[in-house]
Amino acid sequence: MPVKRVEKTPMPERDAVLRSHDFEEVNEGYGIAHAKFEAERCLRCQDPICIDGCPVRVPIPDFVHKIAAGDMRGAAEVLRSSNPLPAVCGRVCPQEVQCEEQCSIGIRFKPVAIGYLERFVADWEMQQAPVEITNKLDRAEKVAIIGSGPAGLVCAGELARLGYPVTIFEALHAPGGVLRYGIPEFRLPKDVLDWEIDQLRKLGVEIRCNVIIGKTIAMDELMGEMGFSAVFIGTGAGLPTFMGIPGENLNGVYSANEFLTRVNLMRANDFPNADTPVMVGKRVAVIGAGNTAMDTVRTALRVGAEQGLVVYRRSDKEMTARVEEHQHAIEEGVEFHWLTNPIEVLGDEDGWVTGLKCIRMQLGEPDASGRARPIPIKGSEFVMPVDNVVLSIGNRPNPLLLQTTKGLESNKWGCLVVRDQSSETSRDHVFAGGDAVTGAATVILAAGAGKDAASEIHADLRA
Amino acid sequence: MAKILEKRPLTPVTKLYKVDAPLIAKAAKPGQFVIVRIREGGERIPLTIADYDRNAGTLTIVVQEVGTTTMQFGELEVGEEILDLVGPLGMPLEIPVEGHIVGVGGGFGAAALLCLMRELRARGDTTTIINGAREKDLLILNEELTEICDNLELCTDDGSAGFHGFVTERLAQMIDGDAPGCPDMVVAIGPMPMMRAVAETTAAAKIPTLVSLDPLMIDGTGMCGGCRVTVNNEVKFACVDGPFFDAHLVDFEEAVRRNKMYVKQEHEAKDRSHCLKLAVGQD
Ligand SMILES: Cc1cc2nc3c(=O)[nH]c(=O)nc-3n(C[C@H](O)[C@H](O)[C@H](O)COP(=O)(O)OP(=O)(O)OC[C@H]3O[C@@H](n4cnc5c(N)ncnc54)[C@H](O)[C@@H]3O)c2cc1C
Ligand SMILES: Cc1cc2nc3c(=O)[nH]c(=O)nc-3n(C[C@H](O)[C@H](O)[C@H](O)COP(=O)(O)OP(=O)(O)OC[C@H]3O[C@@H](n4cnc5c(N)ncnc54)[C@H](O)[C@@H]3O)c2cc1C
Ligand code: SF4
Ligand code: SF4
Ligand code: FES
Repeated sequence: MPVKRVEKTPMPERDAVLRSHDFEEVNEGYGIAHAKFEAERCLRCQDPICIDGCPVRVPIPDFVHKIAAGDMRGAAEVLRSSNPLPAVCGRVCPQEVQCEEQCSIGIRFKPVAIGYLERFVADWEMQQAPVEITNKLDRAEKVAIIGSGPAGLVCAGELARLGYPVTIFEALHAPGGVLRYGIPEFRLPKDVLDWEIDQLRKLGVEIRCNVIIGKTIAMDELMGEMGFSAVFIGTGAGLPTFMGIPGENLNGVYSANEFLTRVNLMRANDFPNADTPVMVGKRVAVIGAGNTAMDTVRTALRVGAEQGLVVYRRSDKEMTARVEEHQHAIEEGVEFHWLTNPIEVLGDEDGWVTGLKCIRMQLGEPDASGRARPIPIKGSEFVMPVDNVVLSIGNRPNPLLLQTTKGLESNKWGCLVVRDQSSETSRDHVFAGGDAVTGAATVILAAGAGKDAASEIHADLRA
Repeated sequence: MAKILEKRPLTPVTKLYKVDAPLIAKAAKPGQFVIVRIREGGERIPLTIADYDRNAGTLTIVVQEVGTTTMQFGELEVGEEILDLVGPLGMPLEIPVEGHIVGVGGGFGAAALLCLMRELRARGDTTTIINGAREKDLLILNEELTEICDNLELCTDDGSAGFHGFVTERLAQMIDGDAPGCPDMVVAIGPMPMMRAVAETTAAAKIPTLVSLDPLMIDGTGMCGGCRVTVNNEVKFACVDGPFFDAHLVDFEEAVRRNKMYVKQEHEAKDRSHCLKLAVGQD
């Protein structure tokens, strides 16, 4: 029977002072006792509206109930049937605006900790003896996947399960997309990602890193002489945006992509054991307030900054980061400067950053995005002394593939155009999904798009 | 992984390699580059495709040892593999002007002129290469370069071979009408100060000039923005928009400054890799 408890079972976390100096995971995960205790809170609603909040419609009450009953294997099976990346999503989904926002006990109590439970089940599964995978790739048609982010990985896995020989082509030297180079280890350990990728390899998926489609191999070659019958494009939205303010090219100014890539992909935190350095001074200002900004500022602390600052032109209410990341950043001592807009990066005569000139803002009427429009307050300029500035104001799809491929339609933001709600692009047998189509979004949306595309590709190849 | 098929020292600090990379060789065009990472934990560094052989599936690259990664590269031997090799990156060089095209090379830059000048000559341009170095022994690839262009001009700072002086002085003489004549177009590849001097030399005579910028890079695909340079007051990503830019519009000062961003860390890494080498040598 469900048990009424107001609060979520708290997630065991590492001490804020200790953890803010290393890259070990902040959340330690539920044990079996925590998980069962939390699972008991679910009412198993007749009309489980939590499912409506989940982009891939995980049958939430089913898996939660199995946890409560101690059937972890069963829970894992239910979860995997709908979400191919549960260990990742349990950790990084913005649950508070997805599944947990809908949860019916959330009206009076705190919602069921669906994300924590999802992570628990996935971690439990990883710790078990690996299940023999006896997948056969016995279909004649080969499928190429461009990009190894969540969209590409999931699409590949689903197609391999359907028996198609699949090859993923990845531009970087390691697979995973943003899960590898963007989201830091203290939030998503690389072991978890590696485990997921291993599962794909076991299914027979081939992953070829260091291949850029549109540069190393043209799309026409893939579908021509290389003999791929269908292609899925999951190239993400990896092109960083700059503000265009004076001083942006001073030494010590980074895009969040560069800063995070230096640390997560190139291991600058281990410099000089690893050869790639990252430049952090005492005070690091990060501009923006999404997940990327939180990851960047918390990473800056971990690679030696004494003070991390977040500078955002709107208020905390408009911030797009996950609530948990914001909370963790506060605990780790990050300073938040809301309603503050940078207008110039200041430097010394040698061209190194010394400060950030900002102007204070106030909120006006809602703008096109539905959020209150920030308006500068005249005469309120001031200078924040800082040693580094990292821009984290959004990413757009990378134009590289589009520039070199004929017949792919895109919109004015550079996003690939797909036919109504489907993943079909303007080219025959070419499908797309994830951030490359939606613009920067979320892991679960990308994963869901990869999954949907796999079934569309299957239908296309069987037609 | 890409196997090293051939290794040839050109100077004490410059080595030529032929590597097995059929996919890249097939797609490569003059002016493009690759990014390599030679070991786990290693940096990704950009290197120009000096030449390619589509039939044999090989790339030629020339590496000048200036720091940790290039020195580690120098220790790779024939038969060993480069851990990661990706490319071809950047925009192929497009040369609209036809006529007398002068390539100016310094350091590893002369190597980068190999496939480029050969193609230009094949399409009917008159080609001159000015190959410059401090002294005779540091001039690289003279034999190869002689074969692929109409005129090879050597310059040394100390006069030990060819013209006694900087490449830019020789270039200025040609602009003034010296044989083989005033260029219709100049392409300069080499150290930043040299390219900047070439830009200044051709500016007054308004000779269209391209330089191959070499900012610090990571991904080489437009993802990090670390390679940004300012050209004509606009920010460009050298890895995808370049590496070639109109020399007269480049903000060299900024480019030079940005390349010095990690000098302190580079020294630290270099010292450390020396120490490691010594330590390994001892046991
Ligand atoms: C720092 C950061 C933190 C984030 N935090 C969260 C979070 O907490 N929760 C959440 O839900 N979402 C988060 N996101 C967003 C989420 O990571 C993305 O929405 C998701 O990764 C998109 O997946 P994708 O598969 O579409 O593309 P990506 O993950 O971007 O992967 C695309 C891959 O394609 C490769 N590629 C591109 N072009 C080519 C080519 N031509 N040839 C070969 N390969 C190519 C790229 O190298 C890359 O590896 C975060 C994003 C960032 C940057
Ligand atoms: C498009 C492109 C093509 C290139 N082609 C070649 C090539 O064909 N052959 C070759 O030998 N090198 C080439 N380079 C330069 C090469 O990438 C750098 O020399 C290398 O990254 C240095 O790494 P390192 O770890 O050995 O030295 P570091 O320890 O990183 O640097 C040592 C010293 O060299 C300076 N330095 C580092 N990188 C550069 C750079 N890019 N330009 C100027 N000075 C630098 C540093 O300021 C430092 O003083 C190219 C660079 C680019 C961007
Ligand atoms: S996938 Fe994400 S949104 Fe869906 S149930 Fe799991 S945590 Fe919630
Ligand atoms: S809405 Fe909440 S309580 Fe109801 S089934 Fe879903 S998780 Fe359980
Ligand atoms: S090297 Fe990263 S954008 Fe050019």
